[in-house]
Amino acid sequence: MRSVRVVARLDIKGANLIKGIQLEGLRIVGDPNEFARSYYQSGIDELLYIDSVASLYGRNNLYDIVSKTTEDLFVPVTVGGGIRTIDDIARLLKAGADKVAINTAGIISPELITEAVRIFGSQCIVISVVAKRTKRGAWEAYVEGGRERTGLDAVAWAKRAVDLGAGEILLTSVDNEGGLNGYDIHLVQEVASNCSVPVIASGGAGGLRDISQVIEQGHANAVAIASLLHYKKSTVSEIKAYLLKVGVCVRPVVTESY
Amino acid sequence: MDDSVVIIDYGCGNVRSLSRALSAIGVNNVCLTSNPEVILAAQRLILPGVGSFGHAMANLNERNLIDPIVEFALNGKPLMGICLGMQLFFDYSEELGNHVGLGLIPGSVKLLRVKKESGSVDKVPNVGWAPITPSTEGCWTGTILEPLSSGVYTYFVHSFVAKPTLDHHVLAVSSHNGKRFCAIARRNNIFGCQFHPEKSSLFGLKILKYFIKQ
Repeated sequence: MRSVRVVARLDIKGANLIKGIQLEGLRIVGDPNEFARSYYQSGIDELLYIDSVASLYGRNNLYDIVSKTTEDLFVPVTVGGGIRTIDDIARLLKAGADKVAINTAGIISPELITEAVRIFGSQCIVISVVAKRTKRGAWEAYVEGGRERTGLDAVAWAKRAVDLGAGEILLTSVDNEGGLNGYDIHLVQEVASNCSVPVIASGGAGGLRDISQVIEQGHANAVAIASLLHYKKSTVSEIKAYLLKVGVCVRPVVTESY
Repeated sequence: MDDSVVIIDYGCGNVRSLSRALSAIGVNNVCLTSNPEVILAAQRLILPGVGSFGHAMANLNERNLIDPIVEFALNGKPLMGICLGMQLFFDYSEELGNHVGLGLIPGSVKLLRVKKESGSVDKVPNVGWAPITPSTEGCWTGTILEPLSSGVYTYFVHSFVAKPTLDHHVLAVSSHNGKRFCAIARRNNIFGCQFHPEKSSLFGLKILKYFIKQ
């Protein structure tokens, strides 16, 4: 049976873990390294860091956070937010990141994606698709941290990103993000059924059933969770225990030490 | 006991996590190098690897590392390969053409083919955690994995898999969408993990420890 990854998504501003709603209205939650360590010790499968203002101000200060994380947390780490060049990618991988998530730069210059895949391998390159519902029942792709429209159909862009070599799609729903009301299931279904690479669903997990729903109905291969964990409405152990109970295969939580 | 480890530096692998993981299990004498003499003299050698097979072999060749690695293996000291590093131990790979490997373990490297689950599209690369179990040929008794429980989860990220020609060179298996593949290959002193032990939390670190302490 296919196992699903439970990913903690940590949105970063400067040195802080922050949280917003619909990717806006940022509120400081605490020290990202402390949260990451706590999630690691309770069995999180992967850590996802997104620098939420890098694209806006042209900065990328994930380097230090990634370095610190990979000192002593031994799970895969993906980083995104303001990644623009091959050099940005190389620096972050060298600092310890396993994968990079690219949004804006990939839409502006799709050749960056093919070049990055050629140099680093598709398993390192995640394309971040940030999608917002349109009036006609489809979804539009957004850039610049979910602030700017592109006019591109999000599902079509995700498919194209896979053709360009993306190893995974990180799919974020702007509408549902931070709302604690569930994922955008139809969005995830559309992308998952049209893409031959794993899809990480992000945006909206408010309760345990939201998570099982996006897996069973949305066919997500991984679930990224932020508010639910950072505001301590649930824990990694509870989420995994619930998923196992409803028949979703996940890596069991183990509490030994080495 | 000399716990030193040499990690081969050939431009194909993120070694920070590996060094840190070794440190976490108490191995602080870790040397990252592309110097053939240092490699040959190592007590233990690790070949990491991320990227494509042909590119990796070309990088090893450019740095004149193929002969030292093969000679090290023939000398019988412990050699570990991780992910692409493990795949390089085999005779050849079909990734992006047909490329010759190090020929240390008989077999080939092929694309991971997956069965379609009903209602979902085949997903490659194989990304995620999966349990590893002893191969059908036997159990882990008498091997460095003896203290390890069957079914521990490790982290995989790959599109190609190694297919050892001889069943007894498959030490552990895992599966992706119903298709079994070799998770750990072993031939005498040569030990290859398809998964990333340095990214597999507790059990990954235990596997590293068993390799170091053998």
